[in-house]
Amino acid sequence: MPKSKFKSYLINLAAAACVYLVFYLIFSNGLVSRTFIDLFTLCCIFSIAAVSLNLSTGLLGELNLGHAGFMSVGAYTSALITLSADSPGNIPILFVSLIAGGLMAALSGIVVGIPAFRLRGDYLAITTLAFGEIVKVIMRSMKITGGGQPLTGISLDTTYTMGYWVLIITIIVIYTLIRSSHGRAILSIREDDIASEACGVAVTRYKLIAFSLSAFFAGVAGGLYAHYQGVLEPSFFDYNQSINFMVMVVLGGIGSLTGSVISAFFLTLLPELLRGLAAYRTLIYSAVLILLMLYRPEGLLGQKELSQRVIGNLFRRVKREESPPSSGVGGSSVTPQENIPVSGSAERKADSDLRERTGTSSGTPEEPLERKWKGRR
Amino acid sequence: MRKSKSKKVFTTVLLVSLAIIMLLTSCGTAAEPETTDPENGNTEAPGETGDTIKIGGLAPLTGNVSIYGIAVNNGVQLAIEEVNENGGVLGKQIEYIVYDEKGETVEATNAYNRLVNDDKVVAVIGDVTSEPSIAVAQRAARDNMPLITASGTSADITKQGENVFRACFIDEVQGDLMGAFVANNLELKKAAILYNVSDNYSQGLTDAFTARCEEEGVEIVASENYSSTDTDFKTQLTKIKTAGAEVLYVPNYYNDNIMIVRQAKQVGLDVPYLGGDGWDGVLSENVIGTEKNDADGAYFTNHYAQDDPNEKLQSFLSAYREAYDMEAVSFAALGYDAANMMIQAIEEAGNTDSDAIIDAMKNLEYEGVTGNITFDDNNNPIKTVSIILIKDGEYTLSTKMQSDE
Amino acid sequence: MVHGICIFKDSSVEKRLFMTYFILQFLNGLQIGSIYALIALGYTMVYGIIKLINFAHGEIMMTAAYFIYFFMTLLDLPFIAATILATILSVILGVLIERIAYRRLRQASRLSALITAIAVSLFLQTLYAILFTPDPRAFPLTASSFPVLHAGEISISAWTLITIAVAVVVMILLQLFVTRHKAGKAMLVVSEDLKGAYLMGIKVNRIVSMTFAIGSALAAIAAALYIVSYPQITPYMGALPGIKAFIAAVLGGIGLIPGAMLGGFLLGLVETMTRAYIPSSVAQLSEGVVFVILILVLLLKPAGLLGKSEREKV
Repeated sequence: MPKSKFKSYLINLAAAACVYLVFYLIFSNGLVSRTFIDLFTLCCIFSIAAVSLNLSTGLLGELNLGHAGFMSVGAYTSALITLSADSPGNIPILFVSLIAGGLMAALSGIVVGIPAFRLRGDYLAITTLAFGEIVKVIMRSMKITGGGQPLTGISLDTTYTMGYWVLIITIIVIYTLIRSSHGRAILSIREDDIASEACGVAVTRYKLIAFSLSAFFAGVAGGLYAHYQGVLEPSFFDYNQSINFMVMVVLGGIGSLTGSVISAFFLTLLPELLRGLAAYRTLIYSAVLILLMLYRPEGLLGQKELSQRVIGNLFRRVKREESPPSSGVGGSSVTPQENIPVSGSAERKADSDLRERTGTSSGTPEEPLERKWKGRR
Repeated sequence: MRKSKSKKVFTTVLLVSLAIIMLLTSCGTAAEPETTDPENGNTEAPGETGDTIKIGGLAPLTGNVSIYGIAVNNGVQLAIEEVNENGGVLGKQIEYIVYDEKGETVEATNAYNRLVNDDKVVAVIGDVTSEPSIAVAQRAARDNMPLITASGTSADITKQGENVFRACFIDEVQGDLMGAFVANNLELKKAAILYNVSDNYSQGLTDAFTARCEEEGVEIVASENYSSTDTDFKTQLTKIKTAGAEVLYVPNYYNDNIMIVRQAKQVGLDVPYLGGDGWDGVLSENVIGTEKNDADGAYFTNHYAQDDPNEKLQSFLSAYREAYDMEAVSFAALGYDAANMMIQAIEEAGNTDSDAIIDAMKNLEYEGVTGNITFDDNNNPIKTVSIILIKDGEYTLSTKMQSDE
Repeated sequence: MVHGICIFKDSSVEKRLFMTYFILQFLNGLQIGSIYALIALGYTMVYGIIKLINFAHGEIMMTAAYFIYFFMTLLDLPFIAATILATILSVILGVLIERIAYRRLRQASRLSALITAIAVSLFLQTLYAILFTPDPRAFPLTASSFPVLHAGEISISAWTLITIAVAVVVMILLQLFVTRHKAGKAMLVVSEDLKGAYLMGIKVNRIVSMTFAIGSALAAIAAALYIVSYPQITPYMGALPGIKAFIAAVLGGIGLIPGAMLGGFLLGLVETMTRAYIPSSVAQLSEGVVFVILILVLLLKPAGLLGKSEREKV
């Protein structure tokens, strides 16, 4: 890869290591209690789930309402492996089990995807929801996974180090994917899969790749969760949990990995802080979600990422103290190298005009029903 | 331009609030300087602070199973208040710190962490339902924290470690005794079961019941199940009726049970019903409504019978009524006993050292409202089980059995 | 084979019991199916008209149930009066949700609309859980208050038959409305072609509100029928019937009114019959049957049983 790209990767990696060092220093010197360390680990685990969901829902554009099902597959696979290996605290075996969990989840991603991708938008979403429920029923009925009873005795091996670095790896992998030509293919599928197919993009293959990769990381997150909690019950990985992850992705910004991490942390820590408001939590979440969809559907970060360019811009802005150079609508969010390539809205308008004239039916998730009819965008 | 500025504002606000939250959460949980190994988490057993002894509690006070959590918590609080009025334990007052885990396992473990690491409790009473109890017990075993669950009935809870105890009999006991009851007391030969496959409690009772029936020569002519969200049981009940059952074991919670009984009538099934302590509460107004006799003819295993003349029980019942303006249910009685057992153990240990408390618990002889209790090798209680019969819309004591019969 | 029936050696007895059992289960299936059908109609009409899966529809049914409960217990109203009042209030709720949450999103992406619908559903569930506590409440009128009818060996509650009858009558009325009445026909037009309807001078917004109103009314009636048979009211009671009704709508052909009716009955029957005849050891898998049905339908004939497969035009 070009030298500048390689250099930027190194810088990012070094930054990640520095952040880790900060946490390490804080955690190992007892400056915060175990409560927070555990919470942090949990946040990392849920971030992995949210980021992987962002891959299938945000970047690929296929609404996945059964993400918790993938996590469930990974969790149980991983737990069963370590339980049968019966050597608690054995880290290599733990890693093997995590990978195995991820692979099983990826496999189920393919199994779900192959039939599901023949459907569009809403139907796909419902299929994923059905899949999530089916996984729950299966896990509940197999004797090996506890058969109605929780699966217990999983050794508590997940540490914050693991959680953090797996999260970093997840982000690196997905980010690299998106920045590559494969990633551009995936994004083009989101924008308009029919046009992409016409341009020679192997749509189904890419959909499967993205979907199963998303499932893979969900499975890994599941495995980490299993070894964090020590006990597994199928009803934990239900529709409501899938919705939780969806909220994290939507809040942070569909298409923004950074946003998913931030909102995952936010939404996991918030209940701890608002203990008194426990009963109102779902109420507030759903109200926030509605408001978000009505007034700011792109989420908080939209499609932007935290990157060196952004940090550089921040510094420059602080130094110069003038309003940022704006190049039309949405110009400030497009930087060819660092950020996820997103067509500026000027280009989008042109595209949608073209599509309008050729009369596409409105069947994709991103395609509004009454586009341009009332003269607004 | 305005748009990108508002984006900046949004982003900044979110990042800043995230940072604040992280700061607040971690500050709120900051530990005093002590020897903590974060990777293995073996905190020293905390001593008492000043002139109070801190006991922690975990219960679902909100959420789907809050009725049980609130009842247990009420029982625990009543016990602690009484003890405090009589001088406390080891000469100090008890400070009871309880967290609401909202019926979620993740919350339960977070709350447990708080109790142990931040509030520095001496012992924990919790949780209420089995799954969070297991998760918490696992951690308590790692921390060597004395733990007693008032109502968690899964056998796996006490298997997590020597420091984990429970106040209620386990699922196996209830199912087992009912099997014996069918054979020896009711003297019936054909039984059927309708259980909730998505509930470990129900599953546990069913497994034990089936096993004991087999031992006693009772034939299980139909074993049907449903899952938590089901409200229609007529299919299963029709099957059971066709199979010729003479008695039906319904080991579920009372809200399902009353529906099952009513729908059974609709398909013409008229047999005695059996169940576990989940039946307790079925006669409450908002459960059974106005048709109060619909549950007549049901026998269930329970921790006590309201008309049992035992003095301790009756004084507990009236104290509870006075304090909370409602009738006690078995969960409350179990909470009461659990708290008292832990307190007695602390008293007998003479100090707040974890090992001493655990030892005292193991050798405990406690006279409680749910019976005279000692612990077996698995830290499960050996106690009396009452069989309740619902007659004329009232709970009546039918007979008593020993849990190791 | 069903466990108990095997023990009979006499084949005529066996046959008679088999028939009895079959008829009983069939009627059970029709009963729950009619409830699914009524709820499914709401989903299908809304989807047909604005291409949105109204996840909150199940919650409208739940709201109606609570209304009926409170009118009967707090205001001492008789069942029918309570139901009528509850229907009116549910209609208002349905229309309100459309105006506040969904109307703006007709211009937005489908993803946003879907997420909003999910959020509305969660919001209502939690709101009621807070206002009314999540504890189940016993509904004062139960099917036991209705006589049990006997025909030979078959005993069935009169309420089962009443449920089926009411549902059928309501559906016939709806079908008449949609085919004869001007507003009903306008509804069909809008679902066929929203933009074209504007051109025809149809007041689309009003028609959409009307659709939500009718859907909510049907859900309220379904609620009334439901809670007498399953007299337990919780804030979460609408969720599962809601999803199943949606699957029924898809099964029959989403967007098509006869499709919802057919799908509802069919789903109820399949669900009941599967549970009736599947051996107990794998009985818990019957829970997943409805979802498997959904997936099969979507794979084999996404347009549903009565739907026409449309080729996507580019």
